[in-house]
Amino acid sequence: MPLDFYLNAATGGLLTGLVYGLSALGLSVIFGVIRIVNFAHGEIMVLGMFATLLIFRHLGIDPLASLPIVAAGLFGFGFLLQDMVVRRVAHLADHMQFLLMAAIAVVLISLCLMLFGPDAQGLQVDYAYESFAIGPLLVDKVRVYAGLAALTVAGLLFAFFRYAPTGKAIRACGDNPVGAQVVGLNLRRLYALTFGIGTACLGAAGAIMLLLVDVHPYLGPSYTLLAFIIVIIGGMGSLPGALLGGILIGVSEAVAGLILQPSLKSAFSFGLLILVLLLRPQGLLGKAVR
Amino acid sequence: MRRILEGASPRARVLLAALGALLLAAPFLVDSYVLSVLIIVLFFAYVGQAWNLMLGFAGQLSLGHALFVGIGAYASAALFVHFHLPPWAGVFAAVALAVLAGSVIGYLGFRFSIRGAYFALLTIAFAEFTGIAVAHVDWLGGSGGLFLPVSNRAHDDLANLRGSPTMFYYVILTLTAGALALCSWLLNSRLGLYWKAIREDQEAAEALGVPLFRCKMIAVAISSGLSGIGGVWYAFYYNNLFPETTFGTSHSIELILATVVGGVGTLFGPILGAFVLTPLGEVMTALTEGIGIDGVKPFFWGLAVAAIVLFRPSGLWPWLYRLLALGNGTRGGPR
Repeated sequence: MPLDFYLNAATGGLLTGLVYGLSALGLSVIFGVIRIVNFAHGEIMVLGMFATLLIFRHLGIDPLASLPIVAAGLFGFGFLLQDMVVRRVAHLADHMQFLLMAAIAVVLISLCLMLFGPDAQGLQVDYAYESFAIGPLLVDKVRVYAGLAALTVAGLLFAFFRYAPTGKAIRACGDNPVGAQVVGLNLRRLYALTFGIGTACLGAAGAIMLLLVDVHPYLGPSYTLLAFIIVIIGGMGSLPGALLGGILIGVSEAVAGLILQPSLKSAFSFGLLILVLLLRPQGLLGKAVR
Repeated sequence: MRRILEGASPRARVLLAALGALLLAAPFLVDSYVLSVLIIVLFFAYVGQAWNLMLGFAGQLSLGHALFVGIGAYASAALFVHFHLPPWAGVFAAVALAVLAGSVIGYLGFRFSIRGAYFALLTIAFAEFTGIAVAHVDWLGGSGGLFLPVSNRAHDDLANLRGSPTMFYYVILTLTAGALALCSWLLNSRLGLYWKAIREDQEAAEALGVPLFRCKMIAVAISSGLSGIGGVWYAFYYNNLFPETTFGTSHSIELILATVVGGVGTLFGPILGAFVLTPLGEVMTALTEGIGIDGVKPFFWGLAVAAIVLFRPSGLWPWLYRLLALGNGTRGGPR
């Protein structure tokens, strides 16, 4: 196969990887601050995808335009979920938290199943078949828009955590919850905000993802695992790491799909996960905690 | 048996004896539908007991136990299909391979000190990886699945595990009782005490001279071996194996649910959890059948599990134990 072929695949993978990275950011933010592993991650994202689909069908709004609406909706969902449910298991052992999130995941899958049925559904934007030609590269327009949108949302998130007082307060809670309480931060409210921000990322990622793939209720678990792989590779709790991990996985899946059989590409990701866990458990950009 | 009953009140002894007698007589008392539910209950109780050994006793969270069950299932089934090797011989290969897989994961995890959620992810990664690999091996049926020849259900052939549901029922009942006896013996052994020390505080245990690595490796080996035996039973009972459903994370969750709901770290938790969850699922199927919408049953089922986590966070067994006053006051805590 000619080199162009690989370059095209890699570029596509890079742009898709940015969306993966945005979704993984949602997982990383929640874990980094609240120390809860959100096993309902993919299912919440699927919820965002279905919301985007509904808005497109009934109001005819483009996924990229409805992104803020979906993100705001899922922000509210995450805020309430943390404040009313997840907060109550914070003191329990890992496996109980895991089970609660897995149960929430099952509830969300079945909710989507009841409301939308088991079939894969997608949408068609006007620019679906157009592409940009950059030198020898031919890149789908949807992928470019998707990658840029993901990058924008991620940039906003970085700016929020770096400059906004609330963002700094949230980081303080993540670094030292006791110290944060000592200086008068409202941990309960900030945790709920954090969970909301995490799920808002998922809403945004879901809205963008709908440009690239069709949605069905059983899509959730694979996105959960994918986000875990990305976050572990990038470094749990590291925001740039999540984005970098997303790009790495996006590119390597696209290229591995060309070289090996496409059905083997997730085996490749799991293999990468095992290697990173063993050789650099804090991830590529994470801080070593021992 | 004596050890299981240690610290139990006379009432608990009577209840346990009654339960045992009922289970022994069940195939003669209930219809084939209830028997099929009981068979699934006992399977989950058995595998739950094996998983409990790792988390509940030794404190190592595995979310990839479908790997060990799947390896046992695929090994014995492939040997039976290709070489007509009967399962009583295939089970040795199944256990050997499952223990090998467990040892590899345990060795890597413990040597590289991967802990907690990270160790859990390592087990998930290995299980999913194996599932995808198996889907690409034609000798194991590939992604299309591996099928055992359907048996003649009128004639019980214990050596080849071909026969009626009643036979499968007694096999899994024996396995469950055996696992219970083994776990209760282990729990009171020196090794079991070491495990509990590691579970409660790994650093302190190490400081006191508990051989951490060896103890954790033994826990993983026993747990994966028992799960492998469960896998052999699983393959021959269901007669079909698909890589995604056998090795997938959702299967792993299914296998550990009974134990978490019943009570992690207790002997009767896995059994109680299985007896609650499986019939609960059946009742919900029956109730929601009339509605005719996909997803109603798992919706309420998920809510029920979430409610148990929120309101009985240490599991149902410790709560029931106190409710029925099963202890005699000499030994603290439910077992």
